[in-house]
Amino acid sequence: MGTSIIQIDVIIPTQTKYLNLIGSIGESLGKDLDDFCGDHEALAYQLNLVLTEAATNAIRHGCYNNPEDTVRISIHIQEHELNIKVYDHGQGFDLEMVSLPDLDHPQEGGLGIFFIRTLMDSVTYTHEGESNVLEIVKYLDMRPVIENHSNHQ
Amino acid sequence: MNLNLEKLNGYSVLYIKEERIDAHNSGELKETILHMIEQGEINIIVQLERVRFIDSSGLGALLSGYKHAAAKSGKLALACCKPQVLSMFELTRLNRVFEIYADLNEAFESEA
Repeated sequence: MGTSIIQIDVIIPTQTKYLNLIGSIGESLGKDLDDFCGDHEALAYQLNLVLTEAATNAIRHGCYNNPEDTVRISIHIQEHELNIKVYDHGQGFDLEMVSLPDLDHPQEGGLGIFFIRTLMDSVTYTHEGESNVLEIVKYLDMRPVIENHSNHQ
Repeated sequence: MNLNLEKLNGYSVLYIKEERIDAHNSGELKETILHMIEQGEINIIVQLERVRFIDSSGLGALLSGYKHAAAKSGKLALACCKPQVLSMFELTRLNRVFEIYADLNEAFESEA
């Protein structure tokens, strides 16, 4: 059904060993998303990558020295919109200051945000309460819901 | 990280025995490659057949190895990339930096 809603909330400790779990959730979602008209395998890789990069970012920007710090990841899909929010409790950073990498002179860092910006439709990073929130939106090419009026003659 | 190193045809072939390279294991990959180069193993082929997923930190680890090998007049090439992994090199245009071979034989023949 095109009207179904998916909501997934995950809270992980700020440890990179949980990246596999987060990426796998994205991969599964991409493969199994009903009514998505595009390439499921490509979407699966993209969601795996974007969630991995966003969670890595949050873990690195989070409170590394606090073993009880956590990263919360919220995924919401409704109709055409896929919305990902990643909450960290660190110092935060200025997303606007993250420049596009010079692909002709590649450097080791700076590709994570580039992937998110390139593969998704919008990215913002804001302060919300006691957390920073990286919000990512992607508009999905979904099959239109066709209402059947033939029995209402 | 699960890695295997073999000497073949004068090359150090590093087999990545993981499905995933991300920020959890890319640091170890980078250290391993840098250690190899420090030990004089400057002609390296990284065999990626098992790898289904690579993120920015994994690409960074390979790029670091490439630059360190080149600085010592060596080379770091890649072999056996799955299509999804190859597309990451294309998206970042790193396919223009690395020599990427379909398999090890092609790598040996081309580099000979």
